[in-house]
Amino acid sequence: MEANIHFPDPSKVREELIQKYPTKVAKKRAKSIIVNDPQIIPEVQANVRTVPGIITQRGCSYAGCKGVVLGPTRDIVNIVHGPIGCSFYAWLTRRNQTKPESLMDENYIPYCFSTDMQEENIVFGGEKKLKIAIQEAYDLFHPKSIAIFSTCPVGLIGDDVHAASREMKEKLGDCNVFGFSCEGYRGVSQSAGHHIANNGVFKHMVGRNNTPSVGKFKLNLLGEYNIGGDAFEIERIFEKVGITLVASFSGNSTVGQIENAHTADLNVILCHRSINYMGDMMETKYGIPWMKVNFVGAESTAKSLRKIAEYFGDEELKAKVEEVIAEETPKVKAVIEEILPRTKGKTAMLFVGGSRAHHYQDLFAELGMTTVAAGYEFAHRDDYEGRHVLPSIKIDADSKNIEELKVVADPELYNPRKTEAELEALKEKGLEINGYEGMMKQMTRKSLVVDDLSHYESEKLIEIYKPDIFCAGIKEKYVVQKMGIPLKQLHSYDYGGPYTGFEGAVNFYKDIDRMVNNPVWKLIKAPWEKAGNGAGLAASYVTQ
Amino acid sequence: MLLRHTSKEVKEREGLTINPAKTCQPIGAMYAALGIHGCLPHSHGSQGCCSYHRSTLTRHYKEPVMAATSSFTEGASVFGGQANLLAAIETIFSVYEPDIIAVHSTCLSETIGDDLQQITRKAKDDGKIPEGKHVIFASTPSFIGSHVTGYANMVTGIATQFAVSSGVKKHQFNIIAGWMEPSDMREIKRLSKELGVKIVLFPDTSDVLDAPQTGKHVFYPKGGTTREELISAGDSLSSLALGSISAEPAAIALEKSCKVPFETLDIPIGLSATDRFIMALSQVAGVKVPDEITAERGRLVDVMADMEQYLYGKRVALFGDPDQLLPLTEFLLDLNMKPVHIVSGTPGQRFEKQMRQLLDARSPETNFRNGLQADMFLLHQWMKNEPVDLLIGNTYGKYMARDEDVPFIRFGFPILDRIGHSYFPSVGYSGGLRLVEKLLNALMDRQDRDALEEKFELVM
Repeated sequence: MEANIHFPDPSKVREELIQKYPTKVAKKRAKSIIVNDPQIIPEVQANVRTVPGIITQRGCSYAGCKGVVLGPTRDIVNIVHGPIGCSFYAWLTRRNQTKPESLMDENYIPYCFSTDMQEENIVFGGEKKLKIAIQEAYDLFHPKSIAIFSTCPVGLIGDDVHAASREMKEKLGDCNVFGFSCEGYRGVSQSAGHHIANNGVFKHMVGRNNTPSVGKFKLNLLGEYNIGGDAFEIERIFEKVGITLVASFSGNSTVGQIENAHTADLNVILCHRSINYMGDMMETKYGIPWMKVNFVGAESTAKSLRKIAEYFGDEELKAKVEEVIAEETPKVKAVIEEILPRTKGKTAMLFVGGSRAHHYQDLFAELGMTTVAAGYEFAHRDDYEGRHVLPSIKIDADSKNIEELKVVADPELYNPRKTEAELEALKEKGLEINGYEGMMKQMTRKSLVVDDLSHYESEKLIEIYKPDIFCAGIKEKYVVQKMGIPLKQLHSYDYGGPYTGFEGAVNFYKDIDRMVNNPVWKLIKAPWEKAGNGAGLAASYVTQ
Repeated sequence: MLLRHTSKEVKEREGLTINPAKTCQPIGAMYAALGIHGCLPHSHGSQGCCSYHRSTLTRHYKEPVMAATSSFTEGASVFGGQANLLAAIETIFSVYEPDIIAVHSTCLSETIGDDLQQITRKAKDDGKIPEGKHVIFASTPSFIGSHVTGYANMVTGIATQFAVSSGVKKHQFNIIAGWMEPSDMREIKRLSKELGVKIVLFPDTSDVLDAPQTGKHVFYPKGGTTREELISAGDSLSSLALGSISAEPAAIALEKSCKVPFETLDIPIGLSATDRFIMALSQVAGVKVPDEITAERGRLVDVMADMEQYLYGKRVALFGDPDQLLPLTEFLLDLNMKPVHIVSGTPGQRFEKQMRQLLDARSPETNFRNGLQADMFLLHQWMKNEPVDLLIGNTYGKYMARDEDVPFIRFGFPILDRIGHSYFPSVGYSGGLRLVEKLLNALMDRQDRDALEEKFELVM
């Protein structure tokens, strides 16, 4: 594919991207703008502070903790301790779909809870108000769990949300109350919040219910948040092949599932960035291996299912997986064959998230489209270069502030699901057990990798490469479209989806075909603005 | 049921806000700053604030919303954000080349006590602000007031940091826009032009947040009040502040700094408020109201008279922001409708008093509450106790409307799931006409949907 795409000289592009920056900024940004070579995989500077004023895509730690990881679980009352805005902005905006089993089942996702801190709470402390709020939430809803999220001022004024949570948990008796110190200033992006969320969920939820889960092939789905119904499609496929989903972290999930998650025999990880900590901690404490999978893309879905069957090593399961793939594939094929001639040879850019910019390259490859440049908003080096670089990642001051839980094997519940030898054998078969190769290995030589892309860099890239489609988020959506290039939102899917599994692939093919071939992009210029029109009108009247 | 846990029984709450009918100050400041030409809003706080505000405004407008952030980390939170803001100012001027940076604070920078005046002065002293460029600021702590307060604070900052009294008055009038849509600002300008009055409107987000598709992203769109206009606002003969909460503070500040007298009016939503606006503007400017405006008014009254039977007595629940709710409630009363429940999360006795006054005179039994715990959860509970025929509010109302099976009109901020608000005004007589059309469509569609077959009407 590489041969068909004209790449501008990537080192020149890099120069152009940084030339307008003040010297110090240019020097810093240069380390995050890398020309890819999948054979060597150069180092990418990632997970470092954003340059103030540069116009970043990034959000905050609170967004990563409450918004991303905890938000999708439907039966927790999530109280945001802080001024009103933080809770307001995270209210239903991430499209975490959820499906309670009955009309009576708990679902707090459509609700927004806040302590709405006022000046007096900032001056005199807000713990008292927080405890009142917890009591009021309990009295009104009697939820199984209440989670408390700290916003910026909370840490600064010294409110102890953990102590308040412990006190209320004891007082209420039948409600699990726990807090998160996910103040927006922690870390350098949402990523810090993911880690904080992983720690809290692991400490306060996982392992509370030891009832053995039922099923032959039991796994947890990690890092899948059911945006646009992605989890529903994966659940559909699992059910079809006979895989039992014990818990989802956290799309379409319940507290009960997560508390019982340690009874599963495998963790499969979709979004490596946001949930790899959980995989590692559950492995250490309970002996459950984790494996990187990708359900974005039809081929990736088939591959991931085969990997899962390989892990369980059951011939019947392997046969069932093949049967399901054979059953699902013709529908997908029929659509892609029709669409491919219209999308083949086109180019895409993906600058989004901490995993999506990688996963969606699979779908574009299925569409015959080349990813000419990509990067993450808040990922770390391992998401770019692969987990083998983990030992060489320098821990800076911002990362040091995020707690690393000391996890040891549980004296009673630790039960290695596979022996070391079995795991080695699986790895040899190509399964990414407790591993992840990262994005760059999959990208073509000379493609560009940019971490924490700035607005300025995005405009320059579009100018230089003129991609057929740009993938990012809501803040970038209309900026890029004003430039006459369609932007696919890969956080919210432009309110479409699902994009996972076989049905999701079909949805994505159709959406991308519709977007890159939409007639509206050819209607931007008025007829009188086009060469040869307009000024000539009067003259042609005279000559007739 | 989407809001299945909302009970009918109302219990007073002190600590917990559920489904707020407000958000925080900085987003209002960001919106106001977008109404200045060549201006880049800057959020002095964590990255999340800026990201959330840009996202919400973008979803509301389906337009680029450019703004920068100081990107606080833990270090900045401990040692103060001065270094971050100074670095941001340098980066912004070299990369994005705005004429103006409008900095607003956040709960984070306010809690640690960053002084924006001192930091921006230091930026100037250190030569970080190029010649002819400006950095203005507003203090917008999220733990006071609401998004409306933040808007008012930034508009005040704009007024006081630009307007200069040269000693020579100009024959022009300031119109200080309360929180309204670009379409509304465009309509205010049209009406003033129609009246033949020269105005300085600020802020003005028309031609910024309704920019045309041209195949080019114009970082600083053509619209927005210019620096020159803002400077000249100090020489205007007088100011009209549209909205006592969102616009009046700027008018007061301008009176203090440049001795420009002012009058406060409601945002001209609906017939009566528009009447007052037209009267006031024609009186201060000493101009006669042209026949075309009288005819516009006549068209609105004509529809109100012709369609009155469909509106009469209809029970309405509404939530939103003070400066919109006041004239909207008055308009509903003019339409012979019945505002039954009114909620606003924005605190303030001024608003409470104004609304009480209006309701005491014309609808004393209306449930009304604003400020803490005046949220959509309470409104929903009220609706369960005393049902309504119509709900009016921002997009979040759709959950209540669906659960209670009540027709719903989107009005206010934010509207995340429909377009129109940025293109078609709600102010002026034509805006009134649009509102009546919306009201009638909602109610008559419902009548059509629910009518028994034998009662189904062709002509209405």
